[in-house]
Amino acid sequence: MKNDRSYEAVMAKRGEIMKKAVGIDYEEFSQGKVAFDYEGMMRKTGYSLEEVQNIQHSVGVGNTPLLELKNLTALARKFAPEGKGARIFIKDEASNPSGSYKARRASTSVYHAKKNGFKGVIAATSGNYGAAVASQAAIHGLDTIVIQECYDSRGVGQPEIIEKARKCEAYGAEVVQLTVGPELFYTFLTTLEDTGYFNASLYTPFGIAGVETLGYEISMNFRERFGKDPDAVICTNAGGGNLTGTARGLIKAGAEHTRIIGASVDLSGLHMASDNDFNRKSFTTGHTGFGMPYATWPDRTDVPRSAARPLRYMDEYVLVSQGEVFYMTEALAQIEGLERGPAGNTSLAAAFSLAQEMGKDETIVVQESEYTGAGKHLQPQLSFAKDNGIHVFFGDPSKEIPGQNIILPENPSMIKARKVDLMKMKKSYIKNAVQKNEVQRLNEQEMNFLQDDAKLTREALTEFLDELKVEYGGA
Amino acid sequence: MSLVEKGSWVRIYDVVLEKKDRSPNLPEDTKNVPLEMWNKGFLLEDANIGDYVKVKTLTDRVVAGKLIEINPTYSHSFGKFVPEILTIGKQLKEILRGGESSEE
Repeated sequence: MKNDRSYEAVMAKRGEIMKKAVGIDYEEFSQGKVAFDYEGMMRKTGYSLEEVQNIQHSVGVGNTPLLELKNLTALARKFAPEGKGARIFIKDEASNPSGSYKARRASTSVYHAKKNGFKGVIAATSGNYGAAVASQAAIHGLDTIVIQECYDSRGVGQPEIIEKARKCEAYGAEVVQLTVGPELFYTFLTTLEDTGYFNASLYTPFGIAGVETLGYEISMNFRERFGKDPDAVICTNAGGGNLTGTARGLIKAGAEHTRIIGASVDLSGLHMASDNDFNRKSFTTGHTGFGMPYATWPDRTDVPRSAARPLRYMDEYVLVSQGEVFYMTEALAQIEGLERGPAGNTSLAAAFSLAQEMGKDETIVVQESEYTGAGKHLQPQLSFAKDNGIHVFFGDPSKEIPGQNIILPENPSMIKARKVDLMKMKKSYIKNAVQKNEVQRLNEQEMNFLQDDAKLTREALTEFLDELKVEYGGA
Repeated sequence: MSLVEKGSWVRIYDVVLEKKDRSPNLPEDTKNVPLEMWNKGFLLEDANIGDYVKVKTLTDRVVAGKLIEINPTYSHSFGKFVPEILTIGKQLKEILRGGESSEE
């Protein structure tokens, strides 16, 4: 029988293909339509913190320097009220083998693939993760295929993504480049089926366990230097795995009072699957186009149950503009002597603003940095934006309209992280959980799951459910 | 047209899904264009630019597509110079050296 390769036929067997390619039977953790045993899944299919530390140590991943950004702190204090202006730190994750924290996430997946006899790994990503997987696979002697969304229908590619393709190829990976569209998943599935390779998904328990060491290290770094945990850790948020893994690591270290803040670049108004919008944005990750939908509905990824569930851990979520992140990227180079980013500096821009609201004796940690270079740097990205009709100028960054302009702050005092209404996001998540699973009544187990998954009190949850006219109670 | 020799490192192009075969849930502009693909590999038979060929990729997969480039080059760069960036460092240093605000 001929293998039917139509879009519908391939999508219909996604479950079957994925089960083989990830090696996890997600059914095992299912607790009805809505709930599943999240911690059980993390324990049984992931690796313990100690195992991950050993895996990463053997391949030179992790134990990155924690740097204090003294000049940026001094700058923030120029604009902060009396007594305010927390000390700002950065975990220099660019020091990892592939130049970003994603090496942590890839290390466990690739290790797992090798251990289970897979010949190669596949990752669907336009970001640093592809290079991380390729780098780890090179160490373990596995083949890598990276599938990227890279070009618009004119064949014009985002310079940042083209650079990432080069980096993947530098580690010996095959890179499949596609035009805009969610059917990247179709190519991903057919390639998995053809090769029998491991799906090095960003959203398996392996990947998230790989990030836990980052949170754990931050806590240990702080205890060694200051005898206490940091007051806040801020994570650039896209698919939610960075924040989830870091927060879990902090919790495993016992840093229960550290505030977990998510930060994304505001790209509201731009459609992520739009061919026209694709090259009108200057950030390909760390933005609201991923941050919002993945937080309010995590199970939209390439695995049935995502291990990245940011609402479980997020205490606060803030947005910054493209212009603010570019400005702060230049600031990091000019006054701290660190050329990094730009996308990874999203949380840095937010930290600069939030530090001004925190006490002088407090600390805030930007938990990642990433490598920079041709294509992936504010210089080519601003140049590319101008070529695509985006107006770049100095002014008030809060007036920036994504896709139309990039407003570099006229003065650093104008960098202001804008707080997102987290309750509204939680409500949206509950609505999705109820509607997408088509349930009219929730039992006690499901109620508990939703409370944990959105970090809600019982009162807040029941209030949302009443509004949604969903019944609850009973077994 | 000059022949491209078997074994050459080349770039190929193909259409993965025609417009009519794409996902039903797409914005209008994306719906109106096909899903296209680029890949690279070693050419399996002598061919001309524009021919539909087969290549062996870096992971030894055989992939087919239209031959479009020999020894494909990375052309991404630092772009055209953006002079606006120059002013940022100067401004920051001025503020830090005490130009603005009164603290300490």
